[in-house]
Amino acid sequence: MAAAAAVAADAMIDIKDLKKVYRMGDETVYALAGVDLFIGRGEHVAIIGPSGSGKSSLMNILGGLDRPTEGVYAFEGEPVGQYDDDQLAGWRNRRIGFVFQSFQLLPRLTALQNVELPMIYAGISPAERRERAIAMLTKVGLGDRKGHRPTQLSGGQQQRVAIARALANEPDLLLADEPTGALDQHTGQEVLKLFEELNADGLTLILVTHDHEVAARAKRQVSFLDGHIVKDVGEGSPPPPPGPADAWRKPA
Amino acid sequence: MRRIDLVRFAGGAIASHPMRSALTALGVVIGVAAVVMMVSIGQGAQSRITSTIRGLGSNLLIVSPQFNQRGGNFANQGFQGGGITLSSSDADAIKAQVTGLSAVAGAVRGNTQVIAEGANWSTRIEGVTPDYLVARDLEIGKGRMFDENEARQGRKVVVVGQTVVTQLFGENTDPIGQRIRVGKVPFEIVGVLTPKGQSATGQDQDDMMLGPLDAVRSRVVGRRARGDVVQQIYLKASNGDQLDRVQEDVTELLRERHKIQPNSDDDFQVQNMAAVLESAQQATQIFTVLLGGVAAVSLVVGGIGIMNIMLVSVSERTREIGLRMAIGAKRMDVLLQFALEAIALSAAGGAIGLLIGWAGAFGIAKVGGWPFAVGSSAPLAIGFSSLVGLIFGAYPAWRAAQLDPIEALRRE
Ligand SMILES: Nc1ncnc2c1ncn2[C@@H]1O[C@H](COP(=O)(O)OP(=O)(O)OP(=O)(O)O)[C@@H](O)[C@H]1O
Ligand SMILES: [Mg+2]
Repeated sequence: MAAAAAVAADAMIDIKDLKKVYRMGDETVYALAGVDLFIGRGEHVAIIGPSGSGKSSLMNILGGLDRPTEGVYAFEGEPVGQYDDDQLAGWRNRRIGFVFQSFQLLPRLTALQNVELPMIYAGISPAERRERAIAMLTKVGLGDRKGHRPTQLSGGQQQRVAIARALANEPDLLLADEPTGALDQHTGQEVLKLFEELNADGLTLILVTHDHEVAARAKRQVSFLDGHIVKDVGEGSPPPPPGPADAWRKPA
Repeated sequence: MRRIDLVRFAGGAIASHPMRSALTALGVVIGVAAVVMMVSIGQGAQSRITSTIRGLGSNLLIVSPQFNQRGGNFANQGFQGGGITLSSSDADAIKAQVTGLSAVAGAVRGNTQVIAEGANWSTRIEGVTPDYLVARDLEIGKGRMFDENEARQGRKVVVVGQTVVTQLFGENTDPIGQRIRVGKVPFEIVGVLTPKGQSATGQDQDDMMLGPLDAVRSRVVGRRARGDVVQQIYLKASNGDQLDRVQEDVTELLRERHKIQPNSDDDFQVQNMAAVLESAQQATQIFTVLLGGVAAVSLVVGGIGIMNIMLVSVSERTREIGLRMAIGAKRMDVLLQFALEAIALSAAGGAIGLLIGWAGAFGIAKVGGWPFAVGSSAPLAIGFSSLVGLIFGAYPAWRAAQLDPIEALRRE
């Protein structure tokens, strides 16, 4: 019981029997077909699996962009799966940072303005958000590119701006769906190195990848197939033979 | 989030597509300019009509002959034709028998040539009784008005307008006591009218002279005229409330004097200038509303243009909307951002349209010779164009706010 309490204090994500079902006409697709997953604070998790296995569906629910069809999603004990649109928006804004494969920077805005965007929705004053945006850009190594627009930056630089934006509101969890998918080998490595530094500073990190080398650099690997977790290895994964010590995870 | 940041978002989006924004706002510019111009024209026309009628005098009733169909056309209804049925004795009877009148004046009028010291001017002369001054709210600036005695004795004296003085003697001459020839008849100037300037219709109100009714009728206007005809009788009621009653009494008295059978039409008409003013104002009001209404249609067309571009913009910026939602924009934030964008476009169009409308209305007022009326066009134009932006921006903004962030982010 002492071990269970210690884990619970560190708990971030606790998912039980999570399902995401898409109905298209007569056809029913189980994007997630009953997923149990526990992720603690400070973990660095890679989610892998073939195309269509449900990785993005899970990430969308974890990030509060989508709601589960069935099952429980608790974030630090909060029933995020049941939040309404506005609650989710506020929660995403404060707690989650997103990094997308295609960067998703606003082309009209400069790097600095892109990084300021989440802070604007958080209602932070212009002076403070400017200062913090500069700090974030400096942190990702782009302190001298503040005034550049996305089209004036390389892919790797754009992704680093996107990471700075994701960090702007000091989130608890960074979600990255194929963050290196659009980058070449070298710039991909740079981005991964940045992620590892952030994780070392205590940021919880979940990333989706098709690349086994990328996955291998994470501390834990969760494999999906057809909406199920088929393998979960590394730091923080549940112990292989489910014994009595594991009973807290499935209360009768 | 802060309000000011919403405004910045909307402004930034407008500024990032200057050409498109300008063209979108153009519809509203044209609509508002048209409304402002039309309403201003209507108001200008109205104030011109109003001041023309007011300029005739207050609490004024004008009795004039009514030619009916049996009498033939106007041309042979002159002094000789017997068409004119009003006479000085009608005026005297009204003065004696109708109560509540402060002035009764019979009048004849004609155009004539005036000559003095070799200078020569063509002007309008009116033969009137002294009461005319009161009825028409005219004032003597210099000298005096001729009196009843002089009028009755057929004295040849005149009161002249400033323009006539200027034309005959020059600007700064005192013409009192000067003799002038009106047609072929010598008259003596006894007074000068206080200048009234241009009328609302652009007519020079000082280009005229007044003489005693009898002298002018017999010597200037129509020498072959029947003894005591007058073309008009001007009546001034001592009180505005009395106008209707006076009108009825005068009508009754004249029907009796003219021996008109109960079922026959009057051979005269009594015009209540206050009533004429009211109906003229009503007519121009309707005219203004109609013009404004037609122009408002173009404002609606401008609004549809805004809606169209906003819908295009929402679909173009779907990914941006998805991203904004992902990083924390609430649906209301997105809705307000796009609604503000539409309102700002429309209100800016309204402001520019207002300036163009004013310029246009000013030009037309110059040409039309009426006062340039701004009225309440500024708040109306800005208010209406903002409303147009709100109405036609609401649907696109709502569409933007309803987007699903996941699908929006996936959009190419
Ligand atoms: N909006 C949707 N409507 C219908 N089906 C969907 C929808 N989104 C996902 N799916 C289906 O759910 C399943 C899981 O999709 P998901 O995007 O999670 O896969 P993925 O693991 O991210 O794949 P990839 O590696 O190709 O990105 C797929 O079969 C997909 O077709
Ligand atoms: Mg995916």
